[in-house]
Parts: sequence; structure tokens; C-alpha cells
Amino acid sequence: MTWITGAQNTWCPGCGNFAIQHALKAVLEDLTAGGMRPEEFVLVSGIGCHAKIADYMAMNSFYSIHGRGAAVAGGIALANPGLRVISCAGDGDAYAEGLDHLIFAAKRNTEMTAIVHDNRVYGLTTGQYTPTSYEGFRGRSTPEGVRERPINPLELMLASGATFVARAYTRKIDHLKTVLKAAMLHRGFSFIDVLQICATYNNLTDYYAPRVYEVEGHDAGNFDAAMRLAREWDYSADAPIALGVIYDAEAPSDPWPRMNGGGAEERAEEIRRILLEKT
Amino acid sequence: MQDFSVLIGGKAGEGINIAGSVIARLLSACGLCVYMYYDYPSLIKGGNNFAVIRAADIQTFCTREAVDVLLALDQESIRLHAGMVREDTAVIYDSGVVKADGTGLPLEAFVKEEEAPAITRNAGIIGGFCRTAGIPWATVEAVFARAIPRELDANLRVARRGYDATPAGKGIRVNGREALPVLTGNEGVAFGLVEAGLEGYISYPMTPSSSILHTLASYAGRFGISVVHPENETGAMLMALGAAYAGRRVAVGTSGGGFCLMTEGFSLAGMAELPVVVVLAQRPGPSTGVPTYSAQGDLLFALSAGQGEFPRIVAAPGSVEEAWYWAGALMDLSWRFQTPSILLTDKNLGEGLFSFAGAPPRPPLAPVLREGDGTYGRYQDGPGGISPLAFPGESGITVKVNSYAHDADGITTEEAATIAAMAEKRREKERAAAKALAAYPCVEVAGDRTAATALLCWGSVAGACTEVAGRLGLRVVRPVVLSPFPEEQFASALSGVDRLIAVEENIDGQLSRLLGCYGVRVDERIGKYDGRPFFLEHLERRVEEVI
Repeated sequence: MTWITGAQNTWCPGCGNFAIQHALKAVLEDLTAGGMRPEEFVLVSGIGCHAKIADYMAMNSFYSIHGRGAAVAGGIALANPGLRVISCAGDGDAYAEGLDHLIFAAKRNTEMTAIVHDNRVYGLTTGQYTPTSYEGFRGRSTPEGVRERPINPLELMLASGATFVARAYTRKIDHLKTVLKAAMLHRGFSFIDVLQICATYNNLTDYYAPRVYEVEGHDAGNFDAAMRLAREWDYSADAPIALGVIYDAEAPSDPWPRMNGGGAEERAEEIRRILLEKT
Repeated sequence: MQDFSVLIGGKAGEGINIAGSVIARLLSACGLCVYMYYDYPSLIKGGNNFAVIRAADIQTFCTREAVDVLLALDQESIRLHAGMVREDTAVIYDSGVVKADGTGLPLEAFVKEEEAPAITRNAGIIGGFCRTAGIPWATVEAVFARAIPRELDANLRVARRGYDATPAGKGIRVNGREALPVLTGNEGVAFGLVEAGLEGYISYPMTPSSSILHTLASYAGRFGISVVHPENETGAMLMALGAAYAGRRVAVGTSGGGFCLMTEGFSLAGMAELPVVVVLAQRPGPSTGVPTYSAQGDLLFALSAGQGEFPRIVAAPGSVEEAWYWAGALMDLSWRFQTPSILLTDKNLGEGLFSFAGAPPRPPLAPVLREGDGTYGRYQDGPGGISPLAFPGESGITVKVNSYAHDADGITTEEAATIAAMAEKRREKERAAAKALAAYPCVEVAGDRTAATALLCWGSVAGACTEVAGRLGLRVVRPVVLSPFPEEQFASALSGVDRLIAVEENIDGQLSRLLGCYGVRVDERIGKYDGRPFFLEHLERRVEEVI
């Protein structure tokens, strides 16, 4: 299994998506070497630069539409609990167009891993601000600079009931792999905001380099501690940026009944009984 | 032929819908075919709700301008429906709150003396109705036992008081035929889907589709299906497509506003070739419109919803039997041709109550599944443009679906020849679907099949048109399938017709417009767009004006 299709890769040189793809491939290799079947995995994507990963990964995939990946992933999880669903989304995708679906996936603790390729800019539509762009960001739709405050996705996911919340960075690929593997082994909804370098429209390498640090000694089972850590950096002001597992808790997942259904005969018999009740 | 009508009215929250359905079942138990129209404003308590139940020796689908019995739980019911009362109409009312001529029943006193819960007040007036209608007491006991889940004894005691305090009336003729089940159109949709193998129903509540969600949720355990109420209609549609991709037979249900939100997913289903049945229950629009009333204003929307060109199968049933049949048929067709379908219903059909005579069996139509092993491409070519289906999880293959234009493996493409070939593949599926539909009753003909003047209609006005056609000696021609349009069956149904009168519950004449695309000219149009259904006599007068 090579995990990589023959599709021509069209990400820009230096794009952080390469790191995410590489980390995902490494984790999948690791997990399948440990006995999971490659066919168990399904990759869902939205629309945007990130989403090309669906074409590039040689695995089951649903290349969906902008913002809706989490809803598609939820449907797959309901349909077949034997599948392991990975929902890749962009920041415009997950936090703007489809925020409702992400929040509800967290609220339901849907069995899936949500990876947000958070480059804090719209790439494929050539450079507009997103919900996580910093205040003052000058994009093509905001030439005078954004005056909105960014969303803090970690805080939002914690408030929404996510049971696994993490942050990683595409220029720390080994750490990204570790966090991604932990997310994929988590039962229920796992969420990783991956700070992703956009080499063309929002190269924040110099900004991130002195600020990012890997958390140590943090009690990821403590919700209040997690919330404090999530609030340390607000995606705009100058502050240290924590990388790692921020929150990790156990909770019942997927409250809706999984899809099933008896055979045609059983159904027909049940329908006959109901019709009698309705005379 | 006996043709007996009763109206029961009261305040919202007084259980008029349930009371009406009990009356319908009582009449059904006497061997009559029943129809109930339920009218309620969009509020929870107060206002005037009423149900009109019509029972006859044959199935009827509309109400008449007069009633044989009027049951009034509030004064409004007397005032609003005075026009339906004739000299021989039996009026029974709650003498504690209503002043009227007729039989007054002290319902509150009955309830108090029987130490029964307040809601059994309805049972008291139903008891009175049963006496005037000549329904045997044993039938009342039997129907109550099936229809009233709680406080059966208290309900029967109060009903008996009403029964004993009411004089016998002109009554119905108990004909001894076996009682048919009584179903709403939405129940017909729900059971039709289940019969066709439904595994998941995903829906955000919206009148008048919500009772499909409620029905399926209440039976989910008995059928072993998953019924999910997610964050919104956008999410419902996309969850459904995720489940369809993973191999589950799924449906979604909504009304026009919700379907607006679903259209991006609907178009995705067309491109990604995913099967899903959409139940689109119409109500008057535009926008929020009139939530608890009915219309046929979404035909052209259903036919063109979603960007781009892709096959869709659209059917508009005209009865509960057809609703059942086509809900299942659309599931089969969607899966065979891997494309979305729409069951176009409305409030009058979905929330109306009908005797159910059974749905005919559907022609066998199985999905085309991948066979053998070897390489797999989700969109590889096959006869009729149909690619063999496989699902994620199957060993040795990857299953890739895509919202972008894609190649045979499901990988995004911008290559001209592939884009064109895939468009042609989708077109080929539409042709194949049209061919398969030749085995289905896509166009219904009723009335005098040789008449040269025909009423043209679709959906739930079928019944009113059929009844009027019977009285005036006209033919009724009704396409049930609207896409792909059944041109051959339609031409044959129209053979010998020289005058065509369209009857639609809309203002634009949407079916007439559609037929213009197929060179069919409609001579007269009768539209109704006030949210209310046609009364039999009203439609008859309007048809007479133009024939």
C-alpha cells in the first residue's frame, strides 16, 4: 500500500499541506502496521487547498463541498461504525461556511477525527481573511485590514463539548504525527487545529517560530486547565502558542442509533402488525 | 352511495386532530372509506382547529360544502362553519361553553361526574356523534381500545354519557366490509420507505413533513432503523450522503424552505452519483409562507433545484397508496441509477387521513453492485452509464467519490474530454432511468377514459379532480412522474383529448408550463392559491365555467 495516488500534486512549494499529508500517511502506516486494515479508513474533505488531499491520498475518500465535511463524516460514522473517519477541513471551511456542523460533531462526540488545516487565509480563492485571521490582516476583501476579532477554535471546541482538543504546527512534523496518532486513537470526537503555513498568501513562519512551544506537565484531563491553556493565545495578540493535546476526556459517543435494519420479511411482518393497529 | 360528512372544531390544544382521527376510524370500522382534512393555524394553544371527516362507500379525497354533523367544542366552531350547516345537519355542542341550536352536552359535568381527565371531554362529544351517526356501541369500544392509548376506561365512560344523552340521527349504513387501516399520507411515505429497505432517515423538523420524522422515530426501534434530527437541513442532506456513500439506504424530508438549504447537497448527489430520496412536502410560499396549509408551488423548483445538469427522478403521488408505492419506487430508482430523487407531496396529502387499500408491489429493480475482484474505479463505465457500486471498507479497493468533475477513479479532473464524457455518462443514466420507468405507472388516467375533454392535474388534487370528472363525464390525465418526463405514457393517456383544463394549487400553472416544453397546449387553467383544498362543489363550478 503506497497511500499516495498518481494524481499530480498542485500545492505551492513550501505549502504546509505537504506536512499534514506526510504526517497522515505516517500515522496510517503506523496504525495499519499495528493491525488495522487500510480499507477501514475514510478521508472526508471540504473544498479549498486542503481538500486536494482527498485526490492525493490512495484511500477511501469523500471529496465533499465547502464547509460540509463534518456533516458527511457524521453520516459515514452513523452508517458504518467499523469505519474510521478522518475529516480534513480548511479554516474557512470548518470555521466559516460549516461551523454549525463542526460544533454539532463535537456536541455529539461523533466518532471521527477533525483535522483543520488552519492557514488563516483563503488560499484557493487567492487571499482573503478567514475566521482565524488576526486583527488587521490585509486580504483582498479587506485591503484596509480586518476589524473583526478572530475566533479561537480551541476555546470554541472546548465549549462545544469536544472530548479531544489539540493544536499542532506544520513546521513541527514529528510532534504533529504524535498528536495526530493520539487523536486517531481517541474514542469519540477528536479535533486538531493545525497551524499551517500558507507559503503564498500568509507565511507566518517568522511569527510562529519564537512563540510556539510544546506543552509539558499539562493536565489534559482537567477542563479548566485546558480552557486556560486554550485562552493563552487568542490568534491575534502577541503570546506564547501552546502545541499539543490541550484536552482529552472520555465520554459516550454518537448518541444517535447506528443505521441498520432488519430483513425484508421482518419489516413486512412489522408493517402488517402496525396496519392492524391502525384500523 | 352513502356520503357522510362530519366536522369537529375546537381550540388548538384540545386534541382536535386526534378526535378527528378517532371519528375517522369509527366510520372506517363501519366499513366506510374515510378521508379527513385537518385545518389548523400555526400556533400551539387557542385559535380554531377543525377536522372534516368524509365517509363514503368509495374512497373520497376532498370535502364537501355541507356537513351532516357538526361537533362544536367552542363557539368559534359554530360561527366559522355556519355556512356548512343545512336544515338536517345534526349540531352537537358543549353546552358549558357554546350557545347553539341542536344537542347540547354538558361535557364538563360528564368529565367531573366520571372523575375522568379533562381531555376526555372530546370522548363525550364523540360519544354523542356515534349515537347520531348510528355507530353501534360495541364498535365504539373496539375502536377506542385501538385508538386511545391512555385512560381507556375513563374515555369510554365519558363517551357513554355523550352517547346516551344524544338522540339518534339519520345515521350511516354499517356495511359490514372489513375495516381498512387509516393512514396519513406521511405515514404512507414512511412505511413505503421502510418497505423499500430504508436504513436511515435524517430530517430537521419542518411542517408539513415533520410527521414523517415523528412516525419513523416512534417506530425506529421496531424496524431497527436510525432516525436522526441533526443541526439543520444542510447537515441533514450531507449526513444522508455520507451514509449513502457508506452503503445505506437513506431518505431526508423537509418542506420548501428546508429544501432550499438542501440544494447544494442535492447537486452534490448528482455529481458524486449518490442515491438519496428527498421528501419535499409543499406548503404555500414564497419563503415562510403559510406553514400549516397546502400548495403546489414547488414543482418547477423540484425539477430544477441544484446547480448544473444531472438526472433526478421526481414523482408526485396523489393518494396514500401512491405515496407508499412511490416512496419505495424512488428508493429503488435512486439506488439503481445512483442519483437523487424527490417525492413531491403537500400538506393536504401528508397530513390528510385516508383509508389505505394497500400499495401495489413495485417492479424488482436492484442496484448494480461490483462483482468479482480486480481494480475498481467508482465511476468506471457500465451499461446505461451505471458504474458498479462498492462501499468503503471492502477489501483491496478504495472508493473515492467527488464533488468536482472527476475521472473514472473519482480523482478531480479539468481535462476537457473527461468532463464531457462524465456529463454524457450522467445523461445516459437519465435515459436508462426513463426506459426503466416504462414499467411503472407514471401517468394515471381516471374518469371517462374516452372523453375528449380532460382535466390535467398532478399530486393531491387528483382525488377532487377524479370526483368532479365522474360527475361531469370528463377524463382525468395525471402525470405522477414529472422527471424524467414520461412522454410516451403521457401521449397515450392524452390520446383523443381535444380540450385540456389544468387544475393546480398554484398561480403560475407550473405543470402547464412544463407541458409547454413537450408541445402540449393547455386550454384553460384553474388555479387555487389560498392554502385551502378544493371543496368538491367549488371545483365542480369552476370546471363547469370553462368546459
